[in-house]
Amino acid sequence: MSPKHDIEFTLNGVKRRATVDITMNALDMLREVIGLTGTKYGCGEGECGACTIQVDGVSLNSCLMFAVDCDGRSVTTIEGLANDGRGDALRDAFVEHGAVQCGFCTPGMMMQADHLLHKHEHPDEGCVKRGLEGNLCRCTGYKKIVDAVLACGAAEVAP
Amino acid sequence: MSELKHYFAPTSLDQAVERLKNGDVTILAGGTDLTPQSQVGRIKFKQTLMNIRHVPQLSGITREGTEIRIGALATITEIMEHPLIREHLPILVEACDHFASDQIRNAGTIGGNICNASPAGDMLIPLLVMDACVELASMPEAKLYSHCMPLSTFFVGPGKTRKSLCELVTGVRIPVPGPDHVAHFYKHGTRPALDISTISIGIAGTRKDGALTNVRVAFGAVAPTPVRAAQTEKALEGRRLDAAAIEDVATIARDEVKPIDDVRATAWYRKEMIHNMTKRMLTHVAQA
Repeated sequence: MSPKHDIEFTLNGVKRRATVDITMNALDMLREVIGLTGTKYGCGEGECGACTIQVDGVSLNSCLMFAVDCDGRSVTTIEGLANDGRGDALRDAFVEHGAVQCGFCTPGMMMQADHLLHKHEHPDEGCVKRGLEGNLCRCTGYKKIVDAVLACGAAEVAP
Repeated sequence: MSELKHYFAPTSLDQAVERLKNGDVTILAGGTDLTPQSQVGRIKFKQTLMNIRHVPQLSGITREGTEIRIGALATITEIMEHPLIREHLPILVEACDHFASDQIRNAGTIGGNICNASPAGDMLIPLLVMDACVELASMPEAKLYSHCMPLSTFFVGPGKTRKSLCELVTGVRIPVPGPDHVAHFYKHGTRPALDISTISIGIAGTRKDGALTNVRVAFGAVAPTPVRAAQTEKALEGRRLDAAAIEDVATIARDEVKPIDDVRATAWYRKEMIHNMTKRMLTHVAQA
């Protein structure tokens, strides 16, 4: 049993405290300690992107991050994304384009897509594909996912 | 082996390096390699897990005289997007662009990539051909001591470097190249994203009268460490880049590397790729 450490951080805009094993990763903390299960465990080694979250405004794999490293930082998960305008727009685009099949990759895809749209307001197809290359969809529904993100990016151009 | 007992997050370089004095410390930076490797038991934690994220001296990308200093905590994304790097060290941008995925580029650090000392480390080949030096800090007495070591002498084996347990990599320093300098990086893998190199190649030098001088050639994933290729460099140095010379240099490169068979490729395939891609890269340099 590894020793524990107390951390304090902002989770989806709200200050949070947690006591975590030093060796625990951020994904396990979110799911097992805090109880937010929207972030998914896929591969545990950064290959699949199902566990993508945002920390201090950038996307990363929560399975490759120590929970203690969240201390003092701002963490956003899919549950937090659901509460803002871009989150709504992305969700609507995913629904409209049928970009959800089994749904397991969807939270990670949306977190990464949100980060992508933050960096590139109006991305082209190549940019979306590059941006999502760290996210796997085992249903292989990539075209619909790329279309959904493109539509969301294009919609943001409209007044 | 002692058991993990403490977590420590220093806020100054002195604190960090002082804690390293007894050497019984596992250093955490981006965590993208430490997390999975510790979870499967490939890395055993020492007594203290030290998170260096809050040490300000380890961040930032700055120009210092004739060098560019990249702090050990600079992420691959920060390096890829930084104006100084884009202007003076585009070969690093090329390597960053082929590095893992966006999520890993946002977390993984240059210091971590160097200390992991993977024979296939994506940043190591371009750093080698740019004559990078590793900045190391320690506290042998009561005072902070810092020195630089050429990256070309830093690696001793897979995951093994000449950094002592009491030392911390604080950054990497790269000389700003002159106006006629050219440098290129090539990585071969089965797909663009998230792949460990089958082979990688870095070639750099100063262009003069249709030839390259002050040549640097380095290869990844063909030896226990990233390697400079002395014979290939010698064959290329000052030689006019016509088709015969390029073929000759590519053949010397193929004969110089000593790769192994593994899950990613056979030794034969790696040698062929070194030949073919060295040839292609030099042809591009000659035509540019």
